[in-house]
Amino acid sequence: MAQSLTYNDKIVRQFAVMTVVWGIVGMAVGVLIAAQLYWPALNFDIPWLSYGRLRPLHTNAVVFAFGGSGIFATSYYIVQRTCHVRLFSDRLAAFTFWGWNLVIVLAAITLPLGLTQGKEYAELEWPIDILITLVWVAYGVVFFGTIVKRKIRHIFVANWFFGAFIITIALLHIFNNLALPVTIGKSYSVYTGAVDAMVQWWYGHNAVGFFLTAAFLGMMYYFIPKQAERPIYSYRLSVVHFWALISIYMWAGPHHLQYTALPDWAQSLGMVFSLILLAPSWGGMINGMMTMNGAWDKLRTDPILKFMIVSLSFYGMSTFEGPMMSIKTVNSLSHYTDWTVGHVHSGALGWVAMITVGCIYSLLPRVLNLKSMYSTRLIETHFWLHTLGVVLYIAAMWIAGVMQGLMWRATSEDGSLTYTFVESLKATYPYYLARVGGGVVVLVGMLVMAWNVYKTMAMARDVAPVEIPLRTAAHAGSGALS
Amino acid sequence: MSTGWSLYIAVVSIFNVVACLWLLWWTARQRAPAAPKSGASSGDAPTTGHEWDGIQEFNTPLPKWWLNLFYLTIAFGFVYFALYPALGNYSGTTGWTSAQEHDQQAAQADALIQPLFRAFADKPLEQLTQDAAALRLGRSVFANHCATCHGSDAQGAKGFPNLIDGDWLWGGEPEQVLTSILDGRNGAMPGLEAVIGADKVPAVAVYVQSLAGNKADPQLAAKGKPVFATLCAACHGVDGRGNPALGAPNLTDHVWLHGGDFNSIAHSIRAGRSGQMPAHRELIGVDRARLAAAWILSQQTASAAGQGGR
Repeated sequence: MAQSLTYNDKIVRQFAVMTVVWGIVGMAVGVLIAAQLYWPALNFDIPWLSYGRLRPLHTNAVVFAFGGSGIFATSYYIVQRTCHVRLFSDRLAAFTFWGWNLVIVLAAITLPLGLTQGKEYAELEWPIDILITLVWVAYGVVFFGTIVKRKIRHIFVANWFFGAFIITIALLHIFNNLALPVTIGKSYSVYTGAVDAMVQWWYGHNAVGFFLTAAFLGMMYYFIPKQAERPIYSYRLSVVHFWALISIYMWAGPHHLQYTALPDWAQSLGMVFSLILLAPSWGGMINGMMTMNGAWDKLRTDPILKFMIVSLSFYGMSTFEGPMMSIKTVNSLSHYTDWTVGHVHSGALGWVAMITVGCIYSLLPRVLNLKSMYSTRLIETHFWLHTLGVVLYIAAMWIAGVMQGLMWRATSEDGSLTYTFVESLKATYPYYLARVGGGVVVLVGMLVMAWNVYKTMAMARDVAPVEIPLRTAAHAGSGALS
Repeated sequence: MSTGWSLYIAVVSIFNVVACLWLLWWTARQRAPAAPKSGASSGDAPTTGHEWDGIQEFNTPLPKWWLNLFYLTIAFGFVYFALYPALGNYSGTTGWTSAQEHDQQAAQADALIQPLFRAFADKPLEQLTQDAAALRLGRSVFANHCATCHGSDAQGAKGFPNLIDGDWLWGGEPEQVLTSILDGRNGAMPGLEAVIGADKVPAVAVYVQSLAGNKADPQLAAKGKPVFATLCAACHGVDGRGNPALGAPNLTDHVWLHGGDFNSIAHSIRAGRSGQMPAHRELIGVDRARLAAAWILSQQTASAAGQGGR
């Protein structure tokens, strides 16, 4: 059969498998550094294993390796299925796979060696940044090229989110990483002082907003209706929350710099836009949740839907918590504490990881010519392990964070601080242990997933390319908005 | 910030929020319900008629509570824009700034605690070292401002002097200790490799070791002695007992700020050392500095106290 009549699912399978692999690697490093906070000896006095070097490895591995692979897999799957065409270029798509994985391997080598730009979530040095740019441009060409040659007139909502995400990440990545190289492993940012901080958090917050939110909303918009077999709740809600979300997210970065050298006006502006962001964020949650209307009974039997719906609950919680924490008064308590860490993980482990895991479980059998995964019971087990682990983790960090904030600000009647820093650290110890426990449970869940994925792939015998359906009347689209 | 930039910020910010308002109004408009084109099942609301890979979409109106939440946050935003600095140079009707908020809170706190410290302002330092209430306050001042470097037990660390061992770089008289806190100290041992010559540094280091009565090669020490007498004695004294006026340490007392082994001493001679005690006059004021000094003086170990306040 001519290639142009089938979907390119090879690239989807490759990225789907790497999602699981990098998920396990990234979370295992996370468990190790969480354990180091409780048992400092676990760095074995080896510089490469010290907390300061492994922490960026953990964040890069879970965000860009695990989350990124999940995004590549699902976006390539969705854009083909909703445009009724094969990917624009198989070779460029293959380049994104090998290029992206090379970036990850280089990160895993350079970060433990201590090569870093010192910018959070943008630690990788300039040669790797250039490689990322090349891969990203290739990704954009494949994605938008596929959109351009689509056979269906209307562009599916998931593709709006993926499109916005690809363009914005390119913009953020390039501008935040502008630097003067000194050697192959060292460069200096072109920005200085408060400007550097502002550019960094413009990047950092929109990495959350576009990488960790918009792209995963794209996944959600395809896989929840697909898995629930229900139409999406509201088209017009998706329109309004898409435009509001992508325009307002851009401004929210300064809330990472409340009460710093950043000018007051920029701090206030960041706070106001963070608050206005609440409703647009929730728009996606509503649209996902309400799509379940008429299909709620499926939650009893389908653990994949459980993953997706609980992920939306965590999404709703974190996007409420975020605007709240951006308020100056709240921020003065929460900033620099483990509350922030808890907030990030309710987003990363609750929302990002759960929607990704659910989508991979839903997608994998479809690209292997199977009816379902090897074991639905193992998916159920994974669901409960993951949920338990996340709840344990974020509850521990919430309590620890609020406690730290209160201890740091407590003053005696003579105006001196009631507690030294070390005393607050000592009080945090039990919560650090609980956090390790939560992390271990999540990691075990990921290992269960890996086993399930392995057995599923072993089951797949006859993986014939999936044919692209012929155009039918239903696909023609009428053009009217409502 | 120039007026142009300020205007740019204000216009773009407000445009973004107003655009959201318009989008909300536009999508929330009641429209004539479209005829059902391909409802998922009977009794469902009509879909938009689009379909992708079997996925259709309803066009349910925006939930009221959500719409109102959105309007509410926008209203809050405009009020905040008016009251506080957010739109470029516009300073807001409240005139709030973070610097002024800090100054206010600091002034409030000072007004509350000043009387507490004032009570001890007129008493001589020697008397404060015997005053339990003063020492309690002094300890907490120390814990807040001094412990970071000197340790919560005041026993210091490498490069940070132990304050209770009776050995004072800049003098242990109450007024000298207070001066160290208020105005800071700069300890500067110059690097002398170029002057002494790299080959002679080991001999000088061994001689310095011998000063403290440590085991040292007497021949080598003898070679180092004349160099010490010409170059080092100026600050450390001919007998190596140091000079508190210069902050030059006593080299005979087994107290080593930067390490007393051969390598550390040789490094000190070759490359020099610099120590900085920052001035605290502006940071904590005289009243609190006196209380901290009193607490430090009260902590001298018995043996050190026996040597008297040198």
